[in-house]
Amino acid sequence: MTPSNGGGPGFEYRQEFAGREIPRSRDGSRTPGWDQPADLDKDPAAVPDPALVEVPAELRTEIEEAMARYPDRHSAALPALAAAQRHHGWCSPQAILEAACVMRVTPGYLTSVATFYDMFELEPAGEHVVYVCTNITCSLRGADALYDSLEAEVDDGSDITLRHFECLGACDIAPMVSVDHVYYGPLAEGDAKRLVGDLRAGREPIPELALALRPTAASELPKEPK
Amino acid sequence: MSATLEPLLLRDIDEPGLNDIAVYERRGGYKALRKALAMTQDAVIAELETSGLRGRGGAGFPAGRKASFLPKGDMDKYLVCNADESEPGTFKDRELMQKSPHMLIEGIVIAAHAGGANHAFIYIRGEYEEQARILDAAIAQARAAGYIGERILGSELSLSLVLHRGAGAYICGEETGLLDSLEGKRGNPRLKPPFPALQGLYQGPTLINNVETLMTMPHIINMGGAKYAELGVSGSSGTKVVSVSGHVQRPGNYEIELGIPSREIIFDLAGGPPRGRKVKLWFPGGSSAPVLTAKDLDVPYDFDSLAKAGSMLGSGAIIVIDDKTPVLDVALKTAKFYRHESCGKCTPCREGTNWTVKTLERIEAGDATPMDLDIMASVQEHIIGNCLCVLGDAMAMPIGSMIAKFRDEFEAHIQSRQLASVA
Repeated sequence: MTPSNGGGPGFEYRQEFAGREIPRSRDGSRTPGWDQPADLDKDPAAVPDPALVEVPAELRTEIEEAMARYPDRHSAALPALAAAQRHHGWCSPQAILEAACVMRVTPGYLTSVATFYDMFELEPAGEHVVYVCTNITCSLRGADALYDSLEAEVDDGSDITLRHFECLGACDIAPMVSVDHVYYGPLAEGDAKRLVGDLRAGREPIPELALALRPTAASELPKEPK
Repeated sequence: MSATLEPLLLRDIDEPGLNDIAVYERRGGYKALRKALAMTQDAVIAELETSGLRGRGGAGFPAGRKASFLPKGDMDKYLVCNADESEPGTFKDRELMQKSPHMLIEGIVIAAHAGGANHAFIYIRGEYEEQARILDAAIAQARAAGYIGERILGSELSLSLVLHRGAGAYICGEETGLLDSLEGKRGNPRLKPPFPALQGLYQGPTLINNVETLMTMPHIINMGGAKYAELGVSGSSGTKVVSVSGHVQRPGNYEIELGIPSREIIFDLAGGPPRGRKVKLWFPGGSSAPVLTAKDLDVPYDFDSLAKAGSMLGSGAIIVIDDKTPVLDVALKTAKFYRHESCGKCTPCREGTNWTVKTLERIEAGDATPMDLDIMASVQEHIIGNCLCVLGDAMAMPIGSMIAKFRDEFEAHIQSRQLASVA
């Protein structure tokens, strides 16, 4: 059977899975984007035409300043995506298009970068983003239960995006969370309820557990160690 | 080794306002930089080589020799500070940067002088937003004070310094993955050689050092390489900031003299496991290090002794696991981490990490046979040495060591699940 519109190798397979995810493993792929088949029937997007793409002035300035910091403007890809994400709430196709327009690269290039890094949100994100470290040390100290209770507190609310995260580099305050990129820990039972409550009330969450307040462990040693 | 240690990096760490340049200078900051700039480039390298300082990021390569690899000449040369601290269990750089950012900047300028670099970058992991803000403020202060910029303190050295934030990828701590990421690409490691010293960032000569390594340099210049080398033991000179976490009573960062018994760190400093529990296994150098058991607690904590014991010092992160925790849980968490973080470039790592997780999940679910353990062990052997970087090896080594040292426990688990399903 010859398909009428182009076809080519694997055409039927692509048709069957068009727009669907093909998970590599039971709990999904580790790399965002890997499960989404590429639409090979579309033309690749070119470098956006500045006359046709409207970029907020603030975002444009931020990306241009980032490009000026490096010997090669491509180095600004991560800061540009981060800025676009801040402006749009997530790395939406529009956000990527605007960043690509200012950087004079294709949206495909920035998409390839955005899908590599865990901190870029490829789905619409909530007003607050909470990372829960569920790596080795944190899980030894109850991070999985913490995640479950946070999940129960957040319920189905789309205002808070809750994410499992790999080691956040704060094993001294395990189990810990990063709330809008500020570290808090160690969290005890019951802190999940308070954290979500504080966030929804517009207060700083669990302020006394902020990492920034902690002295170094070495200076907290008992005066005469045994 | 002396009996009591006068800490170097953590001496003033809790001094209020140490992240401010005035406080740092009052505590003797930027003195080493003046001294280093009065020395020739070769003299600084010689001092670093005499000190015996080995890289504190994981590989433990001699820092002085690394700086000497950069070619001479007038081309653009780069210094990159690797602050992408993502190794599970490691949190020393976070605390150091947050509380003493100027010590890092001072170290960077000294290292740039040693390597002849004119552009410097700090690649900090994206999750460290608070630390990035502190560093940005400190860099602005240092620039205003003339410690960064054109002809620093009247010397020949000119240096720019840019803070670059990552966006969440463990692989960007691998030096060539970091360089690709800094160039604005996906953080895929590169084939070596060419090594970064000759062809690194933007294809130029590049020196890459860990935060703690750079922060040690001002102290070496201050006290002299020979004096620094008196600290620690032969082959592992100096002090090391060790991150202790897991089942200990006082998790945190401690500065130790290299070569002290590991037991002293885990028990005397970090307080050991909670009352009534015992150490079952521990990672001596981050999750990439082969695990050790309670039998190894008296191994001296230094590069060579840990290597002889079959593990490594790595990033200096000790994770302690007590006797109530099944080794399977630890193995599964470890393997899942590496599966998530594998960049996917090399097949042995991409598929090997995935297969290891699948097998471990089968063991957990009770669908495995004892043969699965052998298959899993052979998967580990086939990863090691077969990829562009060591991310796959970093899973294969601890998982392999867990299978070797706790085979009975894995087998007992498989058997008990099988018996349960028959009943």
